[in-house]
Amino acid sequence: MAKRELVIVGGGPAGMAAALAAKESGVKDILLLERDQHLGGILNQCIHPGFGLHRFKTELTGPEYADRFVKLVKDSPEIEVSLRSFVVKLTGEKRISYLRPGALEEIEARAVILATGCRERTREMIPIPGSRPAGIYPAGLAQKMINMEGWIPGKEAVIVGSGDIGLIMARRMVLEGMKVKAVIEIQKTSRGLVRNVVQCLEDYGVPLYLSHKITKIHGADRVEKVSVVEVDENFNEKPGTGFELACDTVLVSVGLIPENELLEMAGAEIDRKTNTPVAAEVNLTSIPGVFACGNACKVYDLVDWVTRDSEKAGVSAAKYLQKAEGEQ
Amino acid sequence: MTRLMTCIECPQGCQLSVGVDGTRVISVTGNKCPRGEKYATQEVEAPMRTLTTSVLTKGLELKMLPVRTNKPIPKEKLLSAMEAVKRITLTSPVKTGSVVAENFLGLGVDLVAARELGKQQ
Repeated sequence: MAKRELVIVGGGPAGMAAALAAKESGVKDILLLERDQHLGGILNQCIHPGFGLHRFKTELTGPEYADRFVKLVKDSPEIEVSLRSFVVKLTGEKRISYLRPGALEEIEARAVILATGCRERTREMIPIPGSRPAGIYPAGLAQKMINMEGWIPGKEAVIVGSGDIGLIMARRMVLEGMKVKAVIEIQKTSRGLVRNVVQCLEDYGVPLYLSHKITKIHGADRVEKVSVVEVDENFNEKPGTGFELACDTVLVSVGLIPENELLEMAGAEIDRKTNTPVAAEVNLTSIPGVFACGNACKVYDLVDWVTRDSEKAGVSAAKYLQKAEGEQ
Repeated sequence: MTRLMTCIECPQGCQLSVGVDGTRVISVTGNKCPRGEKYATQEVEAPMRTLTTSVLTKGLELKMLPVRTNKPIPKEKLLSAMEAVKRITLTSPVKTGSVVAENFLGLGVDLVAARELGKQQ
């Protein structure tokens, strides 16, 4: 079985920052595995500005932020990038199996950094009764469809939840010619950044209904309308406040969950509530030599902090490797 | 007259209180940095926004190329700018920052590529 010094799973902002920091700290053999055909991860579909204000003191779009790191990674002979490489297995002994076109590879790493990001919470994770017609999408999926595939999901949309992705998608859909009827948020305040409420909703006259929830999605084959009602501070429905909004599309923007399936497979301790690794410090896991960083470690709201913390994971992995070397 | 607004220059989202006389800004308070004052003045005089979107491609690695205006454009031009973007199909590889449409809509800004994109393999 081929042996590698450091294997990093995930070529988004976290994985790239960790790889570059590990290189700077002296690690000479780094394998960066990315399942997509490009590096950059979720930044590739985040085409809006707002990235890099802390890191680079200038406002970049997601792809521009990613580009700065992609260039550095490509210029680093110590970092081998393997694209279209999907990790299917990780063991507690740091053995990794991954699929790439035409092959199943098996390698043994001396240290591993998991930078697998997070996944969207779905409609099934919040109680919205009603039928199951076409036209209901997690907001991030709709973002990928519109920004990367060039598909418009529908004509009239209602967004459930006021997370940043939902707010940003409200603006995207308006710009692409869709009508966004409303953003419905059960809490008293928006979950997203206030600047996004201003520049994504207020700029385009999209109404934000706080302390409201969707009680039902209607439609047989395709979404036809949603029922909305106001709620009190205990989230109970207020009688007589219900109304309906006609729409053919519902976007669900109700948060993200760290993705740690590989870590779990390897036998590490996972906090069931947050789906994050249980460890004494950020970036550590309960398995020595296995690190987690970026949104897999905890959900961040700014990529600048993902970069900052993931660099620390790269440095920690380098220190671990140096220490292990000394003990041999 | 006092206008209340939220600064959108960075994720802090400062709540600004802007003293306004017609379209002239007299005072700005509530901003934690100088960008807030600049933003408030611009917002009162002529609101500007950077447009980011994606354009269709043909024969390239990805179906869409993310693009942005290299400078903000007047807010009321955003929708007509989108109409113009929809008429573009990109067929040649680009580097990050390559100009996709020069002097876009005659607004004195360029539409530029937000990533590198090569030929379809």
